[in-house]
Amino acid sequence: MTAPKDESNGAPTPEREGLEQQLQEGLRLIGKSPRKVDGMAKCTGETMFADDLSLPRMLICKIHRSHVAHARIKSIDTSAAEAMPGVVAVLTGESMPNSFGILPVSQDEHALCIDKVRFVGDPVAAVAAVDEDVAFEAMNAIRVEYEPLDPVFSPAKAIDNDVEPIHDYGDDGNVHKRVSMQFGDVDQALADADEVAEDVFYYEGNTHLPMEQHATLAVREADGRLTVWSSTQTPHYLHRAMSKVLEMPPSRVRIVACPNGGGFGGKSDPFNHEIVVAKLAMLTGRPVKVTLTREEVFYCHRGRHAVLMRARTGFKKDGSITGMHFESLLDGGAYGSYGVASTYYTGALQTVTYQVPTYRFDGVRSFTNKPPGGPKRGHGTPQPRFAVEVQLDKMAERLGLDPAEMRLKTLQPPYSNTANWLAIGSMGLGPCIEKVVEGSGWKDKHRKLPRGKGIGIACSSYICGAGLPIYWNAMPHSGVTVQLDRGGGVAAFCGATDIGQGSDTVLATCVAEILGVDLEDVRIVVADTAITPVDLGSYSSRVTLMMGNAAIQAAERAREVVAKAVSKHMGIPAVRLRFADNRIFDVQDPEQGITFAEGVALGEARFGTIAAAGSYSPPRTPGKYRGAGVGPSPAYSYSAAVVEVDVDEETGEIEVEKIWIGHDIGQSINEMLVIGQVEGGVYMGLGEALMEEMAYRPNRFGVHKIPSMLEYKSPTTKEMPPVVTYLVEDPDPNGPFGAKEVGQGPLLPVMPAIANAVYDAVGVRVDEVPLSPEKVLKAIESKDKRYGPKRFPDLRITETMRVKTEAEGGDGTAPRPPRKPKSEKKEVASS
Amino acid sequence: MMRLPPFRYHAPDTAGEVAHVLANEGPEAMIVAGGTDLYPNMKRRHQMPSTLVSLRRVTDLAGIEWGSDGGVRIGAGQTLRALERDPGVEGALPALWTAVHQISTPVLRNMGTIGGNICLDTRCNYYNQNYEWRRAINFCMKCEGDVCWVAPSSPRCWAVNSSDTVPVLIALGARVTLVSDRGVRELPIAELFVDDGIEYLAKQKDEVLTSIEIPAQGEARSVYRKVRRRGAFDFPVAAVAVRLAFDGDRVESADIVLNAVGSTPVVCTDAAERLVGEVVTEDLAAEVAQVAWKPAKPLDNTDLTHMWRKKMVRVNVKRALLELAPGT
Amino acid sequence: MTQGSAPAAAETRRKVHMQLLVNGEAQEVAFLPHKTLLEVLREDMQLTGTKHGCELGECGTCTVLMDGEPMLSCLVLGIECDGVEIETVEGMATGAGPHPLQTWFADLGAAQCGYCTPGFLMTAKSILERDPNPSREDLVEELSGNLCRCTGYLKIYEAIEAAAKDMREGSQ
Ligand SMILES: Cc1cc2nc3c(=O)[nH]c(=O)nc-3n(C[C@H](O)[C@H](O)[C@H](O)COP(=O)(O)OP(=O)(O)OC[C@H]3O[C@@H](n4cnc5c(N)ncnc54)[C@H](O)[C@@H]3O)c2cc1C
Ligand code: SF4
Ligand code: FES
Ligand code: FES
Repeated sequence: MTAPKDESNGAPTPEREGLEQQLQEGLRLIGKSPRKVDGMAKCTGETMFADDLSLPRMLICKIHRSHVAHARIKSIDTSAAEAMPGVVAVLTGESMPNSFGILPVSQDEHALCIDKVRFVGDPVAAVAAVDEDVAFEAMNAIRVEYEPLDPVFSPAKAIDNDVEPIHDYGDDGNVHKRVSMQFGDVDQALADADEVAEDVFYYEGNTHLPMEQHATLAVREADGRLTVWSSTQTPHYLHRAMSKVLEMPPSRVRIVACPNGGGFGGKSDPFNHEIVVAKLAMLTGRPVKVTLTREEVFYCHRGRHAVLMRARTGFKKDGSITGMHFESLLDGGAYGSYGVASTYYTGALQTVTYQVPTYRFDGVRSFTNKPPGGPKRGHGTPQPRFAVEVQLDKMAERLGLDPAEMRLKTLQPPYSNTANWLAIGSMGLGPCIEKVVEGSGWKDKHRKLPRGKGIGIACSSYICGAGLPIYWNAMPHSGVTVQLDRGGGVAAFCGATDIGQGSDTVLATCVAEILGVDLEDVRIVVADTAITPVDLGSYSSRVTLMMGNAAIQAAERAREVVAKAVSKHMGIPAVRLRFADNRIFDVQDPEQGITFAEGVALGEARFGTIAAAGSYSPPRTPGKYRGAGVGPSPAYSYSAAVVEVDVDEETGEIEVEKIWIGHDIGQSINEMLVIGQVEGGVYMGLGEALMEEMAYRPNRFGVHKIPSMLEYKSPTTKEMPPVVTYLVEDPDPNGPFGAKEVGQGPLLPVMPAIANAVYDAVGVRVDEVPLSPEKVLKAIESKDKRYGPKRFPDLRITETMRVKTEAEGGDGTAPRPPRKPKSEKKEVASS
Repeated sequence: MMRLPPFRYHAPDTAGEVAHVLANEGPEAMIVAGGTDLYPNMKRRHQMPSTLVSLRRVTDLAGIEWGSDGGVRIGAGQTLRALERDPGVEGALPALWTAVHQISTPVLRNMGTIGGNICLDTRCNYYNQNYEWRRAINFCMKCEGDVCWVAPSSPRCWAVNSSDTVPVLIALGARVTLVSDRGVRELPIAELFVDDGIEYLAKQKDEVLTSIEIPAQGEARSVYRKVRRRGAFDFPVAAVAVRLAFDGDRVESADIVLNAVGSTPVVCTDAAERLVGEVVTEDLAAEVAQVAWKPAKPLDNTDLTHMWRKKMVRVNVKRALLELAPGT
Repeated sequence: MTQGSAPAAAETRRKVHMQLLVNGEAQEVAFLPHKTLLEVLREDMQLTGTKHGCELGECGTCTVLMDGEPMLSCLVLGIECDGVEIETVEGMATGAGPHPLQTWFADLGAAQCGYCTPGFLMTAKSILERDPNPSREDLVEELSGNLCRCTGYLKIYEAIEAAAKDMREGSQ
């Protein structure tokens, strides 16, 4: 175990050396499974989620939403609502003309629509009233006159030039983003291949469905400043959007992210309802709260994009890949959201699991008149992962290879650069595969189970935070301050938000490990833009790695102050000091020591109040071409899953009987939390694989077909099979204590492993997610024993950026494309 | 949070008083038992009774009374959970037990009653949506609109009878008792249902369902098979109840009842007749399933596709028959 | 569809005043008669430990115990709770400390985001009161009305089993 490097000041101090030795001697908390710091509060009802807050004189807000899919707003009549007793304010879009959006390149949302509505559910007006009943009546009393425009619901249609444009920006027609890039000579590689696979896949959109419906409470403070409590995963970005739309200096806007009742990416955009209640609070001078109905949560969406994909991959007889051409068409829905990043992500990580020496990616995101897609657990990568892993399975059979063996032989080596210039660090996929193969008894089962029973394997990888921030800047991605109290207490401050993944515990654990105190001695203050240092947010699996590194640095700096003072006091060199069990003692004579509190007092007496800051910025990435912002990460996690299924051939119903999953975590910070994330990811993958879908009724004005917990199917206890988890710990030099992510990765292999198992069971290919019983049955009844899309539309790619690979002697750059007539758009990066 | 619309509330103590309140309040009053069907509908504003008459305090709607002959009288106010926990139901009426046990979730069964399950509003995924959603489709015939979106050229509503217990109760030959201020009437439960998504019950608005009587089943065997996406929460999208009485190896009498494939339960008389006097074999089961499959006419207004649901009728009738055949 | 003449506001906007027996304490509370128990608990009694995810009976998040049985508080009226013993997550811990279920849920990571947790705890408590040693299959069945999007349920089973063991041993 190595102590984290502190790049800010060069030579190792004796204090730091002492810490390094302390960590090498053994970790007290890291890798163990103590209770989460917020664990008990969540079991007593004490944790306050956003909707649990209420304030005196609080008003309730309801939002009137568009009931047409695409139209110009002709007029809004709020008079009846305004006249209702108990209605305090009615708001329309004109009062908030500034647009916003999560990405700098897609500032295309308004808190309330001004001239146009773009999907059923788009917010048009809002009321604040004395209670929920009055607010509901008033919301329904608002009358909006629309001039209908032709809606478009299918991405294939949307990318035609002759449809009504949904936005006045984008690449052309309803193409929001079109990208094309090539690394190495893919055509040649496919020509050189022994076998070329070409498959078309479809991955239906699905949504996060956090159990908690989004809620926000806003209050105008006595001095005119604004405070907002919200169920958001990204208080920092909400802070920016809020200040922009309300035209208030950020210094007077305070966003507090409440613990999220589940997020999964669904609370990572700044949302219209958050801005609306803030505006209403500023206007009325009263606290205003909004809590979305479940139906409205479906309209927030920002979930998994529906993606149509084509993969053309060349293979050698031994199963190695010569090259891959991957194309994706994303159904973006009505707004940009993270969509540009999502588009890149459908092409970015194909190269990080198996060696893909040449690679081409073409992607298009279309606008359609539906709730916007965005980042859901695995952001943009489960769809291509499904395609790649199912295609590999097909090819393994064609080549007569065992699919597990074939994967093991083609692994991307650790500490290498991929064709698309992603820098791979530690790489534990091999052991993951070996463990699940062994644990599941794969060799005795694959192609050997009785008909109806099947087993399948798939692998995946995910980023541990994005290498670049959402808006380009040179500042750290995460900051932590640590403050020591002379009573021995430690306060740790960080902007990160706990959405259930346990970031509060990671923060406390890292700090407690370094300072040698118990978790109970660390009080954490998080996710408050007025008080805590910026952390960019709980997305792209970045928090453990980035916040963890920042926390270590902050704690280490605080420790250094104390160590200096104690070393002087005890008359021994600081390198001999150990911080453990709330004591500071001499490693050569452990009896000799003082309490941590006494140490802090000494430090405070000598150096004054002890507070230290730490921060983290990811290492620079080797890729320097346009679009290289999406995909790089300080580290990559890896997962492999084996799934056993039982398929009913008469009904097409799939029962998943057991799942074995191996995950390369680098190093667990808290093993219990890691396993919890693995199991949760598997659960969510199971839902996506079998039943979850964002379904619409294009023939009925594009309404969401099933905006309820009953009809949008989330697996119950009855569908969840036993899961055997294997953790592979191959510490990554960039991770805090070597840790990598686990929040998103383990979801990824589940869907393709199930599809591959279904093939093993009944010999049919369902090249589409979800694998609903109808589709399985159709495949069984079909001639070609397949269900799935057959055609892929022309993406009308006119220009492909060509980047030389490392093998070609490239340097990560691409020749600059010719400048467009309009001013070049800002680069976009990250998750 | 989604609020209920306001209403007047009565909670009488006897079924007679319930009938009396209903008579006084007129057709805009509704009975509420467990509320697990009615309250969600009220929150979504597709049922908006001005008066609720609660059965919660009514004592004479409770009870599961077994007769000496093996028949049973079940009070309409009995919770599904009480039925599920009744050893007599599990032992003597396994098909009913299965149907009850598969309704939604354990916690919902603690609240929902058998009476409410029988009178359950028909369902349709154009209808079981919030007010704002339905406004986006201009409402539909069943509530505030005039078109049926499932079959736009049709003059009627095709909302689906989605009760789990109803097909079993019909197969078992149950009778129900209805009480109103005008008197008491008793009828076979099959006659309670009407093939219309809106007026789906032959029960008058002022009538309260007080009890269900199931005759002794003797040696007859019965089974219930429910098709749905998940193992909990979900309503049936196709349901099959079969009751067979045997004379030795041969079928003496047969009842096959489908539900959740139309606005009313489907009694498959032709298919049942084909069984009488026969030994149930794999081939016969398949043949009968093919006959039973014909009258099932699911439309596209529930979960899963209607084509698949129709196929599932055939699969499940066959499986039900084979399950009941002696020696299996 | 039954669309009644809406009762006059004067009639329905008048709060009822009644005693509710919550977590062993009789409390006076005034609320609008069309409010559900969930709304009364959260809004009129500040007992926000009971959560909501749908308000339509479709998720189990709002589960409370009524006379010891788990019920969906989003589908019960406040006025229907006259004389009913109501128990919420806030009442689980006794003076001596947390309920073993709370301890084990916290210790074994059965609460991730914790939003579904109060509902699960309530259902779990009723399970253990009926059966001190439930099998895994029993748990799968009895918990099938509580959705959790975070855990995949596995840690929840483990926590209940551990608590059950504790309680069996404690009561010997
Ligand atoms: C999420 C969810 C899932 C569900 N899943 C299923 C399922 O899988 N299968 C299924 O069958 N049902 C299901 N239900 C529907 C319902 O919960 C049950 O059918 C339950 O049995 C209804 O009983 P109740 O007492 O709660 O009815 P209530 O809601 O009280 O009443 C339902 C209807 O019956 C009338 N009524 C009730 N009692 C009487 C009486 N004695 N006399 C005359 N009229 C009466 C009411 O006026 C109302 O119109 C589900 C409900 C929900 C919310
Ligand atoms: S079947 Fe037709 S009329 Fe009936 S509820 Fe559905 S859409 Fe409405
Ligand atoms: S809030 Fe979902 S069941 Fe009550
Ligand atoms: S712990 Fe988050 S929903 Fe269950």
